[in-house]
Amino acid sequence: MPTLFGTPLRRKEDPRLITGHATYTDDIRLPGMLYAAILRSPHAHARIRSVDASEAVRAPGVVRVYTGRDLEGRLGPIPTAWLVPDADLKTPPHPALASERVRYAGDGVAMVVAESRAAARDALERIRVDYEPLPAVVDAEKAMEPGAPLVHEEVPGNLVLHWRAGNGAEAAERAIAQAEVVVRRRLRNQRLIPTAMEPRAAVAQYNPATGELTLWLTSQNPHIHRVLLSGALGVPEQKLRVVAPEVGGGFGSKIPFYPDEALVAFAARDLGRPVKWTEERSENCRATTHGRDHVQEVVLAGTRDGRITALRVRAVANLGAYLSTAAPGVPTILFGLITSGPYAIPHIDVEVFGVLTHTTPVEAYRGAGRPEATYLLERLVDLYAREIGMDPAELRRRNFIPAHRFPYETPTGLTYDSGNYERALEKALEALDYDGLRKEQEEARKRGRFLGIGLSSYVEICGLGPSKVAGAVGFQGGLWESAVVRVHPTGKVNVYIGSSPHGQGEETTFAQVVADELGVPVEDVEIVHGDTAQTPMGWGTYGSRTTPVGSGALALAARRVAEKARKIAAHMLEAAPEDLDFRDGAFQVRGVPERKATIQQVALQAYLAWNLPEGMEPALEASAFYDPSNFVYPFGTHVAVVEVEPATGQVKLLRYVAVDDPGRVINPLIVDGQVHGGVVQGIGQALWEGAVYDENGQLLTGSMMDYALPRAGFLPPIETYRTETPSPVNPLGVKGVGETGTIASTPAVVNAVMDALAPFGIDHLEMPLTPEKIWRAVREAEARKGGAAA
Amino acid sequence: MIPAAFDYARASSLEEALRLLREAGPEAKLLAGGQSLLPMMKLRLAEPPLLVDIGGLAELSGIRLEANELAIAALTPHAELAGSAQVAEAFPLLARAAAGIGDLQVRNLGTIGGNLVHADPGSDLPAVVLALEGRIVLRGPAGERVVPAEAFFLGPLTTAIEPGEILTEVRFPLLEGRTGTAYVKHPHPASGYAVVGVAAVARLAPDGRVEEARLGVTGVGLHAYRARAAEAALRGRRPDASAIEEAVAHATDGVEVNGDLYASEEFRAHLCRHHMAQALREAVAAAA
Amino acid sequence: MEVTVRLTVNGQPAEGSAEPRTLLVHFLRDTLGLTGTHVGCDTSQCGACTVLLDGRAVKSCTLLAVQAEGRAVTTVEGLAALLPPEARVEGLHPLQAAFWEKHGLQCGFCTPGMLMTAADLLSRKPDPSEAEIREGLEGNLCRCTGYQNIVAAVRLAAERLRAAGAAAVGGEAALAAGAAAQGGAP
Repeated sequence: MPTLFGTPLRRKEDPRLITGHATYTDDIRLPGMLYAAILRSPHAHARIRSVDASEAVRAPGVVRVYTGRDLEGRLGPIPTAWLVPDADLKTPPHPALASERVRYAGDGVAMVVAESRAAARDALERIRVDYEPLPAVVDAEKAMEPGAPLVHEEVPGNLVLHWRAGNGAEAAERAIAQAEVVVRRRLRNQRLIPTAMEPRAAVAQYNPATGELTLWLTSQNPHIHRVLLSGALGVPEQKLRVVAPEVGGGFGSKIPFYPDEALVAFAARDLGRPVKWTEERSENCRATTHGRDHVQEVVLAGTRDGRITALRVRAVANLGAYLSTAAPGVPTILFGLITSGPYAIPHIDVEVFGVLTHTTPVEAYRGAGRPEATYLLERLVDLYAREIGMDPAELRRRNFIPAHRFPYETPTGLTYDSGNYERALEKALEALDYDGLRKEQEEARKRGRFLGIGLSSYVEICGLGPSKVAGAVGFQGGLWESAVVRVHPTGKVNVYIGSSPHGQGEETTFAQVVADELGVPVEDVEIVHGDTAQTPMGWGTYGSRTTPVGSGALALAARRVAEKARKIAAHMLEAAPEDLDFRDGAFQVRGVPERKATIQQVALQAYLAWNLPEGMEPALEASAFYDPSNFVYPFGTHVAVVEVEPATGQVKLLRYVAVDDPGRVINPLIVDGQVHGGVVQGIGQALWEGAVYDENGQLLTGSMMDYALPRAGFLPPIETYRTETPSPVNPLGVKGVGETGTIASTPAVVNAVMDALAPFGIDHLEMPLTPEKIWRAVREAEARKGGAAA
Repeated sequence: MIPAAFDYARASSLEEALRLLREAGPEAKLLAGGQSLLPMMKLRLAEPPLLVDIGGLAELSGIRLEANELAIAALTPHAELAGSAQVAEAFPLLARAAAGIGDLQVRNLGTIGGNLVHADPGSDLPAVVLALEGRIVLRGPAGERVVPAEAFFLGPLTTAIEPGEILTEVRFPLLEGRTGTAYVKHPHPASGYAVVGVAAVARLAPDGRVEEARLGVTGVGLHAYRARAAEAALRGRRPDASAIEEAVAHATDGVEVNGDLYASEEFRAHLCRHHMAQALREAVAAAA
Repeated sequence: MEVTVRLTVNGQPAEGSAEPRTLLVHFLRDTLGLTGTHVGCDTSQCGACTVLLDGRAVKSCTLLAVQAEGRAVTTVEGLAALLPPEARVEGLHPLQAAFWEKHGLQCGFCTPGMLMTAADLLSRKPDPSEAEIREGLEGNLCRCTGYQNIVAAVRLAAERLRAAGAAAVGGEAALAAGAAAQGGAP
């Protein structure tokens, strides 16, 4: 049977998207709909003396103004839902609107509901808030110092979590003390603004007669949103429907449960009219979660001949002013457990301090913890290589976990499922002509041109994950996935999945899988997702989990359908089920090809139910709930080639080679697309992006005028290659590919720039590598050289 | 995202626009392409009570070649400047600078007049207008007056234009002799504005010495300026590496250099010297 | 104060009442119900709101609806209809077809703006180089694709348009663009 698995089909989702016929949340218009706008604190830290909305309430078109006081006892606090154990975790309350104190510039203070967008916006200016500004702290290390302003009274020292991982701090300490070579470095993994192109939005509609509330929301996980909203709002789950219609990117920023959607839902119920709220971009910069923001002290120990013996990491993670939904798990579980990367490192010691500051809350952002871990490791590996004078490719080769040692248990307690790390590295070097390029680099240096080659090898923990592990690490939910495969009487198929893709293309890849399993044309399969009223429970799309976990449920459900169809076909053909071959969408009696029943004929009989096997239920559908036995661990090696112009500090990307192993590939077109986008987001962190606050907590990069995103003209073509090492974890042998590019590319680019700057004796600069930073470092290096000569 | 409410009037003639402005008082604003004004209004950094839309005035459109100058009408969009053979022929640096303003969409609507009147400190065209010694034609209640470029730019978002006046065109004297031009820019990676932009015009004597160098600089100071000291340092010299190096040492003389998150004062001054040297080399090469 | 705005949208006369401050993008989306045009920022950076005004790409978030009075606006919903049926691919504008084929979109939010900008780009430069395409799309941000397949799609569309002898922006919009280039309204 011709298989669709592995075929670069163009996407099923695209016709609506390229013609303007898709429906994003802000596209929804309902009769009688009102518009909301949220007044946000201009101060990073202030006491609210009073809020006077009387003038705003009288403004034309204004229906209602809500302040924090109006919500007391009526709208619950915004919960944190990843309660990492053994971390002394504190979860200070997060009211939907601040009534006593604002804790970051962007904290909500009031919400206006009006007859039009413009009226709501205008009324914001008529609300008088009397603030008493208080000292703010934006830097996490400063926030830990004695006497620092407290973000929440109930969190002394602003320390909200303290967590450790590894196989023994003392053993690691001993290994470091005894090591031939020790490389130490302090690294900053700067704060980023996720910047999904679609700002967040919410539309809520309440039916007072039935008590049913529907919320359309820019969500990566509508089922989680429903559970959390039900709790905060007190609407029972069976009366609550959350719909994630078309969602314009999320990258982690549409995971959290925000005050804003709770307010919109609250207002719709309170006023009995539909309410829409759409974030403006400058609001998105301040009030949608940020990512990263670590300071890391890293020590890597090893031998003179390039064997890593120990790694110690002490990280301070800035979590912002409130603990967002999944925030505690990001700098701990998703970061600390993967710090050994693709290397066999005997001793690991990780210590993480999670700190509150007067800044926008920090959450998962594409890669979530894994980029922070990969960056420190790949930076230190390069520094180590430079220290002992070894080629960075060779150093990586020497330390990789060898292919025969899988499944491999790491010192942090993970079990890597499958891998062949060296093969991916060799493929990258070959694609690049690494040796040739090194010669070219040497030649160029003689002519005063500074080329750099940067490697980054990674392994990613994704496909989250076994639910019992979720429970063990304090995730307040399961991490299984679901699918219902429903074959209709005409043989057409709907598949209802619990996860919620928003650009990743699973409407296509999942249709490919189902079409293969059932032998139907891929055009006959529609994947339905994102609506809690239609789909079975699922845990959402993040952590590169939808394909590895969701496809497990999908394959199981489809196979159950195929099994039932076989029994019906056998009954129709008066043969034993085991005597049937299933090919080209039909069951055939083995050896009698003219005796056959197509899946469509079987489907019709299943619904007519005139003559089913004894005891068989009618219809043709099955559901499956798939809880994986392990995470999956994609891996690869990426290489960036850059040229640095010392006189201006400009970095030019010359080439970018990505070799990724995402397990078996369902649709190579989509996999390449995920890699391209991921790589470019990671390059953005290396070279351009960075959220910056001034010392008073004002965001200086609060618009697209200031926060530099990658543009088409900044980038070379990404050269993508693959190896395929199937995962033994799930039925299809797939791993995730949504985040690999972002995880790998940031250190590849930084390593390349540092390689280019090696002749100046520069071995590390903090991201983003802006022209000024490079220019200054070069100038200082030359001054040192000049000074030494004099 | 939503501007504060305002009244709107579409002028059907320049005279009507002048009258509407006069009647409305100094808070009213002209709307041409809107590419500078509307973004300010969307963020409510500008809240004019009245917009007088002159976007449709044919009398403010077009590029006209005269005996010794090129007159570019106020409503000429950047895309037209960038694509005009006439402009490319007479002032290649103007075409090049215009092609680098904003992006395709902004260039389709943004106009030379609106750009100059807005006078963003990082805007490209002021540097070019300075280097070309453009003369800015203003029409007001009292008639027409012509302001030399150097007297036009006074500060960030501040020009010599008086309330009630309308910029109608910019006249550029045609270049004579062995003259070359260049425009070199270091764009901000997010906004696209010039962190540093240098427009250079170099006229060489038959023996290859610099007869005249004119340097317009944007992005560096509170407003675009002529780097007079650098120009003077080049006059009469052979434009070799050392002469250029000595000249650009004066690139920011007397200027309070901007510093921001992307580029400190020190780095910006360095970039200014660096790009000025490059612009001079290019202009000299084009002249030779 | 509300005014009546009359214009041509996707070849059809359209009319609606709007405050002078109403941006064209809100007029298209809220008044005319054409929600294919998106709003991605508030500083005229992202290009998600790009439409054709008299055949030229403009950011409809940086244009008042009243400024479009009497002019021709094309949104993504009307893109394919700019071309004669024989120049379309499966009923789509070759740009749309190429974005589909080359996987030039993921979440799709930036896509309408990308398509409209690319249409203007190809109408000016029927055979652009890769660098010219990347440069031409500088006013459009995409956070999903890394731009690579967008660039590939624009190249493919350019080839097909040249092979078909068609202009990227045809019909009335092309006539209007020509008129504008002749020194009409800016």
